[in-house]
Amino acid sequence: MDSALIPEGVKRTSFPKFFLGMAVVGAVVLWGLIAVVLIWWKGLNQTNMNDYYGFALWIWADLAVIAVGGGAFFTGLLKYIFKVDELKNIINFAVIIGVICYSSALFILAIDVGQPLRSWFIFWHANVHSMLTEVAFCLSCYFAVLVIEFIPNVLENRQLNKVSFFHHLAHNMHGVMAVFAATGAFLSFFHQGSLGGVAGVMYGRPFAFREGLLIWPWTFFLFTWSAAAFGPCFTLLVTKITEAVTGKKLVSDKTVHLLAKISGWMITTYIIAKIIDTIYWATVTVPASGFTFSHFFSNNAFYGYWILFAEIVLCGVVPGLLLIYKPTRENSNLRLLAIILGVIGVCLNRWVMVLQVMAVPVMSFDTWALYIPSWQEVATTILPVAYGIMFIALAYRYLPVFPQEKELNYPAQPVVEGE
Amino acid sequence: MFPFCFEWAWDMAHAIFFGGLWYAVGILGAGMTYVVIKSAYDTMNDSGDSHHH
Repeated sequence: MDSALIPEGVKRTSFPKFFLGMAVVGAVVLWGLIAVVLIWWKGLNQTNMNDYYGFALWIWADLAVIAVGGGAFFTGLLKYIFKVDELKNIINFAVIIGVICYSSALFILAIDVGQPLRSWFIFWHANVHSMLTEVAFCLSCYFAVLVIEFIPNVLENRQLNKVSFFHHLAHNMHGVMAVFAATGAFLSFFHQGSLGGVAGVMYGRPFAFREGLLIWPWTFFLFTWSAAAFGPCFTLLVTKITEAVTGKKLVSDKTVHLLAKISGWMITTYIIAKIIDTIYWATVTVPASGFTFSHFFSNNAFYGYWILFAEIVLCGVVPGLLLIYKPTRENSNLRLLAIILGVIGVCLNRWVMVLQVMAVPVMSFDTWALYIPSWQEVATTILPVAYGIMFIALAYRYLPVFPQEKELNYPAQPVVEGE
Repeated sequence: MFPFCFEWAWDMAHAIFFGGLWYAVGILGAGMTYVVIKSAYDTMNDSGDSHHH
């Protein structure tokens, strides 16, 4: 039925089967959209946010998808600026994941602002003393960069590429992609950093507050570093899931090993910096603000030392070591374990820096304030996951996303032209 | 957002924030304008035979 749109030389599942799968995932999207309509119609009273939790599940989801979407900017930086040519085999997919993550982040923000029709105020009436303004500027511009990076892949669709103008446009965009990738890296550095900076400058919240360099708290640099470190883990994880679902090998082991190795070294160096930051915070910053270290991890039903251990050791040190040590990196099970732990680790870090910050009592008369999201918050947070699955399914079916797919799956065919 | 808006002030904060914003938007706009014009030019000089690879 749609065979004319499917890339040449590859096989895809039948259209009815594909449609059925999309319908199942579409039902989840519909559930999320019902929640969105409720929130836009009735207001933020549909959430469990309150005076303690102005930032809640959505902001965690925002920070988490932006962190794991960092694989796009970092892979782009390596491919186009540092000329790591091997990554050409995964860059299209990294960009697609980036587009999904950043469009999801913007969508979640459009729900979270409560008055989406006034979203443009952040540009027109910009508060030029706020890190969040910088985040909004960079996020919007970087999403534009990702769309620009994705356009050539769309134009390489079998039918679109027959149109001469589109064919030339895709070719010419590839030619100047380094400029866009460099701009994307510049924007990513600042918005990833500023998301960390927002937490780090809150001197009224000693759990988050950090000293730093000039106007930038250490969390600014740690957030950028962690996104570059763990983002590729997410790219590798989604690639692995896509391979499992399609039953095909889509990216060569050589490319996967290289990206895993780079990610491993980034994670290891990041986690060393994170450990130093945590020790300094626990021994200098916390006592100086009149608190004890144990205050932040006790006397409540959820946040204990376990979360610190899980974030730094289990989901930081362990994946870092597994990925830098060649035998464990090249063992597919251990590599999968490492990238799963890595993705959990960065999401846990964002959870801690958003939600544990809000939960910790800071006044002598205060108590821990725990929070359980409403179903509307949960549905709108799951919505981007379902949307992402649909996006990947459509892209995989109709676009030449993986340049190695033919040679890795149909070796009998004489067409081994690469890209 | 623009110097002609009533909220605008010629200070360092506005220069950094909006300088950065317009710098990024300028690069993206100029880059896309260049590739669109070049592609239109290439298409017109295609002499009808599209070459795909």
